Amino acid sequence: MAEVKDYALMAYFENPNELIQAANKARDAGYRRFDAFSPFPIHGMDDAMGLAPSKVGVISAIGSFCMFLVAVALQWWTSAVAYPLVLSGKTFFSYQAFVPIMFELSILGAALCAILGMFHFNKLGFLYHPLFNSKKFGSVNDNGFALGIDTADPLFDVEKTKQFLESLKPIEIEMIGEQV
Amino acid sequence: MSDIQINKSIETPLIENNPTFGSVTEKITSITETWRVPNPPVWILFLLGSLSCVALLVGSVGFLFWKGIGIWGVQVPNAWGWAIINFVFWVGIGHAGTLISAILFLFRQKWRTSINRAAEAMTIFAVMCALVFPTIHVGRVWAIYWTLPLPNQMGMWPNFRSPLLWDVFAVSTYFTVSLLFWYVGLIPDIATMRDRATSKTKRIITGILALGWRGGNRQWQHYEKAYLILAGVATPLVLSVHSVVSFDFAVSQLPGWHTTIFPPYFVAGAIFSGFAMVLTLMIVVRKAYGIEHIITKGHLDKICKIILATGLMVGYAYTIEYFMAWYSGNPYESFIFKARAGGQYAWAYWIMFSCNVFVPQLFWFKKMRSSIPVMFVVSILVNVGMWFERFVIVVSSLAQDFLPSSWDYFRPTFWDISTFIGTFGLFFTMFLLFLKFVPMVAISEVKGVLPQADPHHQDYHNQTGEHHG
Repeated sequence: MAEVKDYALMAYFENPNELIQAANKARDAGYRRFDAFSPFPIHGMDDAMGLAPSKVGVISAIGSFCMFLVAVALQWWTSAVAYPLVLSGKTFFSYQAFVPIMFELSILGAALCAILGMFHFNKLGFLYHPLFNSKKFGSVNDNGFALGIDTADPLFDVEKTKQFLESLKPIEIEMIGEQV
Repeated sequence: MSDIQINKSIETPLIENNPTFGSVTEKITSITETWRVPNPPVWILFLLGSLSCVALLVGSVGFLFWKGIGIWGVQVPNAWGWAIINFVFWVGIGHAGTLISAILFLFRQKWRTSINRAAEAMTIFAVMCALVFPTIHVGRVWAIYWTLPLPNQMGMWPNFRSPLLWDVFAVSTYFTVSLLFWYVGLIPDIATMRDRATSKTKRIITGILALGWRGGNRQWQHYEKAYLILAGVATPLVLSVHSVVSFDFAVSQLPGWHTTIFPPYFVAGAIFSGFAMVLTLMIVVRKAYGIEHIITKGHLDKICKIILATGLMVGYAYTIEYFMAWYSGNPYESFIFKARAGGQYAWAYWIMFSCNVFVPQLFWFKKMRSSIPVMFVVSILVNVGMWFERFVIVVSSLAQDFLPSSWDYFRPTFWDISTFIGTFGLFFTMFLLFLKFVPMVAISEVKGVLPQADPHHQDYHNQTGEHHG
């Protein structure tokens, strides 16, 4: 049997309102490595947790611009350099006719990079996570609301953090462990 | 303050019967978890029926590859026939899904949450059906890769000045983005299925597809941002796709095709036909799976209103084409429009006009917008009309071209018809599999629009002394 180490202290709540207040208090108490779990995004939770705005938009914009350049370069090089075809006397680099594909590829770049950026920030694709060791934790994708404080938080102290979470009047508190 | 409270109490709820978060999960995921109720037993019969149409499609396409395009009714001057009509028809149907998932999202129309998953699925399957046609229509199908800018030993590159190539890029981008948008929307729901999975196989499959989703706000934050961006880029994308499809016609010199009204006219028509298809499907699905409290009559009412609005736009386009043909003083243009309404294809023109312009006028009446049989019949007639719209555009302009000696009357062959029916089989097979194996309603989004999902909901009830669990 592998050794088990504590990973996070999880407190379960009744509804979104209690969770958002709990997140507010956790932030005020100085905790940084905590997360609020819910079956749907809760309006106002980002402020309650004090999260900085997501940077997915920046990645998406960069992706879009790069694909725009790819579209310009591809159409210019194939039509004017590699394979110039005389068609109805049109210029080889007829940029007006290249607009639709510049547009489509920019959209494709924005969409792909938005998704890849989101996967990167959310660490999606890593199928294992210590929180999955808890049976109870699965309820947050159904109807559960939970606040979890990582043991890695500098302020974390088993007793004090437990007392703090109990002061929020949760339904249940659970220590979720991780196999080392 | 009291005004606000009164408004709250009379506002019709988006989801009826006041379900709990848990009951929404239970209702939707249980369909994917069992073969018994709420799955309708006729599902398997529908699937077998659709699969036999897929067999017809495979047979028709196989015979086409064996013999060549000559098995179809296409013949000079009608070098474009049913394949292009069906392509435009299917791409158009897809547009409603993106409109619901992206444009209504940007406009914060919360009612979209009940139908967006199924409508997006419809988009993906419709675009798949659409992509069949240009692919098999090229004749030498083994050379279809020439449409892609791939380096080859011939040193040859596609012609980027052609709208047909723009179409390749537009439709393939549209398919890719729609599929990704749909999948991103599915991730939290697949995580819900994963956490409920009872067997190891189910846990492994859903575990991989859920990508390790946990539902923490640190994930939701980036997720919502990405979803917003996807909606933001899918909106101009969907408008551009049917515009580019219309360029296939508008950029040519043919009377009846060479008009600047084509892009908006095609987009309106696409949304019109797509919403009609959404209505047809939703009427059956909500009844068959007992989710009438999630996809309510209020949803159907709103869909009918959009059909009415887009139907009026389409009617405006039909009328303004005649005005322009007369006002421009162009004899070729006037000739072709006279021929459309009174010539050899007048029967098709008037089927189109009646189904698309007259029939939807029923939806001015509340009674018609709440009668299921009326809505069902109208939704089917609209799609019949929209198919004929593309038939009229493609065939009537080609059949009477500039050289009267080559004029001809277009007749489809058995293989034209069998291929078209076959794509319906493909569409319904995919849709039936979707209904059984994928959560057909966006569970996390529906939970998010329930009244108790609002963090201020409890404050309000605590004040008034009510309590909800």
